[in-house]
Amino acid sequence: MPARLKTFDAGRYSIFIILVVVFAAASLLSENFLNPDNLFNVVRQVAVITILAYGAMTLIIGGMIDLSAGAVMAFAGVASVMLYKSSGSLLLAVLMGVAVGVACNLVNAFLVATLRTPAFIVTLGMMLMARGAVLELTQGQNVLQLGDFILIGQGNLNGWLPIPVLILVVVTAFIWYLMNQTRYGRAVYAVGGNEEAARAAGIAVERVKYKAFLVNGVLVGLAGVIFMARVNAGLPNAGIGYELQAITAPIIGGTSFSGGVGGVFGTLAGALIVGILGNIMNLIGIGSYVQQIVMGLIIVVAVAYDVFSKRGKAKTTILKNPAKGEGTTPPAAGQGAEPAVGAGRRA
Amino acid sequence: MSDALLSVQGVSKSFPGVKALDDVSFEVRPGTVHALCGENGAGKSTLMKIINGIYQPDAGVVRVRGEQVQIKNPLDARAHGIAMISQELNYVPEMTIAESFFLGRLPRRLGMLDWRHIRGEARRVLAEEGLDYPVNRRLSTMTVSEIQTLEIVRAVYHSADVLIMDEPTSAIAHREVESLFAKIRALVAQGKSIIYISHKMDEVFELADDISVLRDGTVVSSRPAAETSSDRVIAEMVGRDLKHQSYPKEQVPLGDTVFEATGLSREQVFEDIDLRVRAGEIVGLAGLIGAGRSEVVRAVFGLDPLDRGEVKIDGEVVRLTNPQKAIASGVAMLSEDRRLVGIVPQLSIKKNATLASLPKVIHGGFARPREEQRLVDEYFTKMNVKAPSTETKISSLSGGNQQKVLLARWLIADPKVLLLDEPTRGIDVGAKFEIYKIMTELARQGRGILMISSELPELIGMCDRIYVMSAGRLTAELTPDEYSQETILKHAMNEIEVH
Repeated sequence: MPARLKTFDAGRYSIFIILVVVFAAASLLSENFLNPDNLFNVVRQVAVITILAYGAMTLIIGGMIDLSAGAVMAFAGVASVMLYKSSGSLLLAVLMGVAVGVACNLVNAFLVATLRTPAFIVTLGMMLMARGAVLELTQGQNVLQLGDFILIGQGNLNGWLPIPVLILVVVTAFIWYLMNQTRYGRAVYAVGGNEEAARAAGIAVERVKYKAFLVNGVLVGLAGVIFMARVNAGLPNAGIGYELQAITAPIIGGTSFSGGVGGVFGTLAGALIVGILGNIMNLIGIGSYVQQIVMGLIIVVAVAYDVFSKRGKAKTTILKNPAKGEGTTPPAAGQGAEPAVGAGRRA
Repeated sequence: MSDALLSVQGVSKSFPGVKALDDVSFEVRPGTVHALCGENGAGKSTLMKIINGIYQPDAGVVRVRGEQVQIKNPLDARAHGIAMISQELNYVPEMTIAESFFLGRLPRRLGMLDWRHIRGEARRVLAEEGLDYPVNRRLSTMTVSEIQTLEIVRAVYHSADVLIMDEPTSAIAHREVESLFAKIRALVAQGKSIIYISHKMDEVFELADDISVLRDGTVVSSRPAAETSSDRVIAEMVGRDLKHQSYPKEQVPLGDTVFEATGLSREQVFEDIDLRVRAGEIVGLAGLIGAGRSEVVRAVFGLDPLDRGEVKIDGEVVRLTNPQKAIASGVAMLSEDRRLVGIVPQLSIKKNATLASLPKVIHGGFARPREEQRLVDEYFTKMNVKAPSTETKISSLSGGNQQKVLLARWLIADPKVLLLDEPTRGIDVGAKFEIYKIMTELARQGRGILMISSELPELIGMCDRIYVMSAGRLTAELTPDEYSQETILKHAMNEIEVH
């Protein structure tokens, strides 16, 4: 057991070690990298994706997924922009963005939790609906001249702290709180880990799923607002592929695709690694085509490493079910001599 | 020596931090059943995994028909005539019988699967065995027992001489056990050998020619069944004198009725079930598999719907339409399926233990790690959970220890009534005894317990009263002076014979 505990912990923190390595490598590769302006720029760029990634993370931990995030983000962002242009109220505009994100996600939640339709299919449908809605709303035209709305994406607090970074910090703290300090947090891990067991332990599974989509809705709406403000336009075609990028960060950061495992800081680290790599490749002049290849490679390597490092344990699942009783459980006396099957699949 | 079909000599195997097998030797004679007994963690499954090629031994040799072999993987094992029929069968539910028969070695002709051959062979072999299943039938429509039979037939077809059966009766009904045993005897008559792993002494002594007992990774004894006894084997397994049929049952003064169910019905499943449990009472619910016992407690607990009937807790009518309401009313349910409806494998012992009592450990807007640790530590020690710490992942524990954690989950929730569905299934003798002790302690605290069990000695040993169900109806309510395995079985089979 002690040996296994060690490797497990190394696995658990390896994402942060990788983050440090990537950071160090980047600062060696380009002297501009450590420039505070550049660093803030990196975080500003990753803010939108990271906020989306937190939403994706809570859903994946809970055993669900959201493929509609990119489209709903565009819908929410454009709706927010349009309301701002007609009302002039920043507060109303932000609330509008969040409301659209929440509304779309409550529809998702109703279909997934109440009607028990697979989240993959439901959110695929929502992706099309939200994209269609925003295109219809704008007739495919970009909404321009946003005025002070851009402050949300481009402004600085006290002249140095970018607003998106501030929002990211607040959201990170909030999601950490939610996942670690609330009953909802505990429940969502349990639901994603073993839904039937969670139900039998008195967890209101449906309510937990609604809450996960609710959280996701708030975050997607917020991301839409920040995104449009940053690019200074309401783009109905924004966010294409963002749902997948949002899934990438938690997966790189150790969230298990089969549910029940994951954490806020891993997701943040995953998003930062992707952000830093993109930034350094820009700084040293690697073209955007090659960048895509590199990013794809990172995802594959991250997941392959994850699977490979657990392979010894996973092996047993091929031949024996992760069953009760003697067959697959380690010797009690030895406390874990034999690989534990459940751990093997989803550590 | 040389007449052994399979022999294992001086096999040792270590894992980080523990020696799982230490100089293990035993021999399987051709045409015999060799039973392997031992508590969970004694090393049985490690030994079987070595024989099946999943693990490599650190030292020692395996011989098949006197010839030293290196079994690198399960395919190798099959090539040497060794096949494993696992505890919980592995199969692809959507696969047909014919496909499953050749899984891993589907015959091809001209680069394409030779379906005619596949179906024809499967049909021929099934007919030879007197099984009249259509070969295109999907496995998902078959019972566990039927699939088990198929696995055995398939292993023999692929010329296995040694069949390893790990708890083959744990998931099949009483009647099916007889036909399994008949199958085993037929195989033995053909000169095949069976390595039979089981916790059930009656099965072991009914079948086995030789019995080997493992404890803490060493072979404690290995002798013909005729030269030992069930008490002796159990004593060797636990390494202490655990008197056969001794249960830590205590008579405690019974209080008021804490749990009363009247007229519980669910269409097609069970009908007109009346149950009562008094404070301090342990009540048994006996019956064959499929009698509807688990379905009754699941419905009471709100996991399944109930068509009619009334439940009273402490004399008050409650409507338990979901587990939250049941828990709030003081009812707890330990499921028979630890893996599916019990543990959350990714979470720690601690988080599993407090899952049904989150308001106790998270309140006022924050988690209360110290309160949580205190609560969990209390039961961790009390229940003698064997694990390095409460942060250990529950999936790395043995079945018995997982069960203790799940019991702890309900004790932390502090229920008035516990519905325990097969609380000792698939766990070793020592852990069973500890769970009985916990049940006794719970009764002493004035809680009511309703226990479903398929092990009659356990029901007789622990219960103040026993209800018997058959085909969805109550057929008897027995008091201790009426207890006997025969009486219970008679009532349990009551209606089945009428039909």
